Amino acid sequence: MKLTIQVNEGPYQHQSSDSAYFFTKAALEKGHEIFRVFFYHDGVNNGTRLTTPPQDDRNIVNRWSELAKAHDLDLVVCVAAAQRRGIVDEGEAERNGKDATNIADGFRISGLGQLVEGAIQSDRLVVFGD
Amino acid sequence: MSDTKKFMYVNRKAPYGTIYAWEALEVVLIGAAFEQDVSLAFMDDGVYQLMKGQDTAGIGMKNFSPTYSALGDYEITKIYVEKESLEERGLTLDDLQHLVWEDEDEDWAEKDSIRLVSRAELADVFADQDVMFNF
Amino acid sequence: MAMLHLVNKSPYDACNLDSASSMMKGDDALLLIEDAVYAAVKNGKAAAGLAGLKVTVLGPDLAARGIGEDKLIDGVTVVDYAGFVDMVEANDKVQSWL
Repeated sequence: MKLTIQVNEGPYQHQSSDSAYFFTKAALEKGHEIFRVFFYHDGVNNGTRLTTPPQDDRNIVNRWSELAKAHDLDLVVCVAAAQRRGIVDEGEAERNGKDATNIADGFRISGLGQLVEGAIQSDRLVVFGD
Repeated sequence: MSDTKKFMYVNRKAPYGTIYAWEALEVVLIGAAFEQDVSLAFMDDGVYQLMKGQDTAGIGMKNFSPTYSALGDYEITKIYVEKESLEERGLTLDDLQHLVWEDEDEDWAEKDSIRLVSRAELADVFADQDVMFNF
Repeated sequence: MAMLHLVNKSPYDACNLDSASSMMKGDDALLLIEDAVYAAVKNGKAAAGLAGLKVTVLGPDLAARGIGEDKLIDGVTVVDYAGFVDMVEANDKVQSWL
């Protein structure tokens, strides 16, 4: 089964990102294909590398980065939602005159078309949010 | 044509209190370019998104409600509004924008985009879809 | 075509479960995750709304919230994340009642 996962909420505030992560991990362990994980609304905040969660708690951002690396996942942060919330990569920094970038490893910023494409190309779209 | 999927964008949240209504609409507009078989559903608090006369000056937010009237130009002609959700909220179709599309096969005749349906009818429409979008 | 209805909010906090259950038809399945697992606790008001429905709950979310399986209404299935994946595969599409 080919899956696209959508994550609508940021790390820690809601359980959505955690639920999406464990679902995605389980799907991979069962041999399914993750076409894309698309982060929308406050979900784009899963893509900042600047979080410092307490040592005794899970590191949500790193967990996604590590899963992406281990399985060559396509983690996409929506550009429009990212611009609103300040998630920035090199391209966005240059385009919008920002003096820093903060995108985490394994994430890339791209358009809403990536979500629509995911829905078209995948067998299932699973949305995690509030 | 066999590659076309039936997309249903489900709208259940009120506008302005949260961003979901607006950011959902952004997906619909971008998605229109992908030429799928698109429907929108407004139920629960989503029906509030279509209310006429929104004036956001006092809350300092962009009034995005005019965007709904452009949906016809994006070839989005199937907009389901759930009757029970309207009634529970003391609303009628008259409280909502009149959304239309122009049928080029009938000399650009203007047709209603909004289909007022019962919950049971909407459940049947949902059953017929391929992909459900939620925000 | 059967739909998997996913509900993640407590029924005592929001009406998402009501919306979901009122839209279920035929062979549709219901999976309660995150705070929605509270709906399946027996003798709770929300449990009545689940009567006659095929209800599954996510075990890790039950355990996290201290709900033993003995506290659940009869007939509820408990799955783990692998079971969640299976349910997505077994149904034609997923409706997340956010």
